[in-house]
Amino acid sequence: MIRFDQVSKRYPGGIAALTGLTFAVESGEMIVLSGHSGAGKSTLLKLIPAIERPTDGAVIVNGQNVSALKRAAVPYLRRNLGMVFQDQKLLHDRSVFDNVMLPLAIAGVAVRDAGRRVRAALDKVGLLDREKAMPVALSGGEQQRLAIARAVVARPAILIADEPTAHLDDATAADIAAMFHAFNQVGVTVLVATHHEALFAPYMTRRIVLSHGRLLA
Amino acid sequence: MKGWMLHHRQAAAQALRRLAGTPLNTLLGALVLGIALALPAAGEMVLANFQRLAQRIAAAPQISVFMALDAAKKDVADVESRLRKHPQTREVRVVPREETLKRLKDSEGLGEVLESLPRNPFPDAFVVLPGDESPAALEAMREEFAGYPRVEHVQLDSAWVKKLDALLRLSRLAIVLLAAVLGVALVAVTFNTIRLQILTQQEEIEVSRLLGATDGFVRRPFLYFGALQGLAGGLVAWLAVLGATFLLRGPVAELAGLYGIDFTLHILPLADSTLLFGLAALLGWMGAWLSLTRHLSK
Ligand SMILES: Nc1ncnc2c1ncn2[C@@H]1O[C@H](COP(=O)(O)OP(=O)(O)OP(=O)(O)O)[C@@H](O)[C@H]1O
Ligand SMILES: [Mg+2]
Repeated sequence: MIRFDQVSKRYPGGIAALTGLTFAVESGEMIVLSGHSGAGKSTLLKLIPAIERPTDGAVIVNGQNVSALKRAAVPYLRRNLGMVFQDQKLLHDRSVFDNVMLPLAIAGVAVRDAGRRVRAALDKVGLLDREKAMPVALSGGEQQRLAIARAVVARPAILIADEPTAHLDDATAADIAAMFHAFNQVGVTVLVATHHEALFAPYMTRRIVLSHGRLLA
Repeated sequence: MKGWMLHHRQAAAQALRRLAGTPLNTLLGALVLGIALALPAAGEMVLANFQRLAQRIAAAPQISVFMALDAAKKDVADVESRLRKHPQTREVRVVPREETLKRLKDSEGLGEVLESLPRNPFPDAFVVLPGDESPAALEAMREEFAGYPRVEHVQLDSAWVKKLDALLRLSRLAIVLLAAVLGVALVAVTFNTIRLQILTQQEEIEVSRLLGATDGFVRRPFLYFGALQGLAGGLVAWLAVLGATFLLRGPVAELAGLYGIDFTLHILPLADSTLLFGLAALLGWMGAWLSLTRHLSK
């Protein structure tokens, strides 16, 4: 489903964030990506939706070489991926409902259909009663769940999450880990970068460890 | 195809929401654009009316032949018969000097002045309708008639029509130039409005792209915004010209009446109104397009 083939990434300025990565993720897996801060976890995840491009090697997603994808084709790749960003990237001038609506509006889903799907996604993360709230009015855990609802509303086959439990207390973080497990149970391939490895350990099928941009395990 | 229509509907709705969300800015923007567009639109309205007037007055060219003041009756009769026999005259109307005097004495204001004159200041005259209305033939006739004995002056009434025509053409050119200059201003204003909008929507644009928005999806609401703001400006201009037309209608009719013409000022013709709205929307769209191309990061 996802394959990295001798992938290296060097940022302008000479920092080698990733070096010679080769691995594959099969459909239906739940992968936990771990490593020290600055190990290259975020960089690895950003290569999949072509937010960053590798300086060397190939990233293959669903048989498509993402690293060589034309600019105009990138949006269609991203619509098939669910993404939870390390800095969440919520729109603070839009309600909870409208934040989750955005991916469906982008994909051109008819409004009535879309409303139903937004409520279903909010229901899954337990935010159905907050749909009219603005993101600032949510707690840290609720904002994180909002970001997850937005990532899954378009029913992607692959869900990529970068530190979805950062700054959360253990109980809340455990809820979130269980939520990812639930998505994985219904067939979604999950890739999570996290420092809360222990919380995801019971659910993961495999672990990928990075150290200074190289694969450890 | 359905998705495409949906995207356009959503983009238009979003542009309308942005316009409605900042009503004061929207109103000010529409006024600025409207006032700029009102100038050429008003010029066009005046010109269209002049053209109608000119067409009505100058239906057919005439040649006026004036005799000398001291011409004898015999000379007048002689010229009349020569004019009537001329192969290229279709109709000859005699205007005796007594009749001219009487007509003008009856008219308001001039009566007393004419009463006080010792003798009739008007000459005998003829109005000739030519059979051949080509400029060359008219000119030839003018010269020929001027050579008849005791003829003082021959006036070609098509000359002023030609002059008026040239004047109207020049005015039309001036209006087009004015419209072009103000059109550039409209594009510039929209360009700047959209630049500011892109700045404030930076975050939304970035997030939309991360979630799979195409360039088209990002640009469309801004393009609709530009076109709609241009259209609003066009509407303001149109209403301003409409108001001016109704305000001027009474005074213009009165003025025309003084010249013995029955004339009503008409509103901007439909074709020109359509052009105004179409151009306003198009220029707004162009301003937005240029701004997006310049300011939207890849
Ligand atoms: N946009 C960038 N420009 C230059 N260097 C960058 C950029 N993004 C990341 N880096 C560098 O690349 C390396 C890997 O960064 P990355 O964000 O992938 O690490 P990480 O494993 O996600 O860390 P954390 O756990 O703190 O989020 C770091 O040395 C970082 O400084
Ligand atoms: Mg990171």
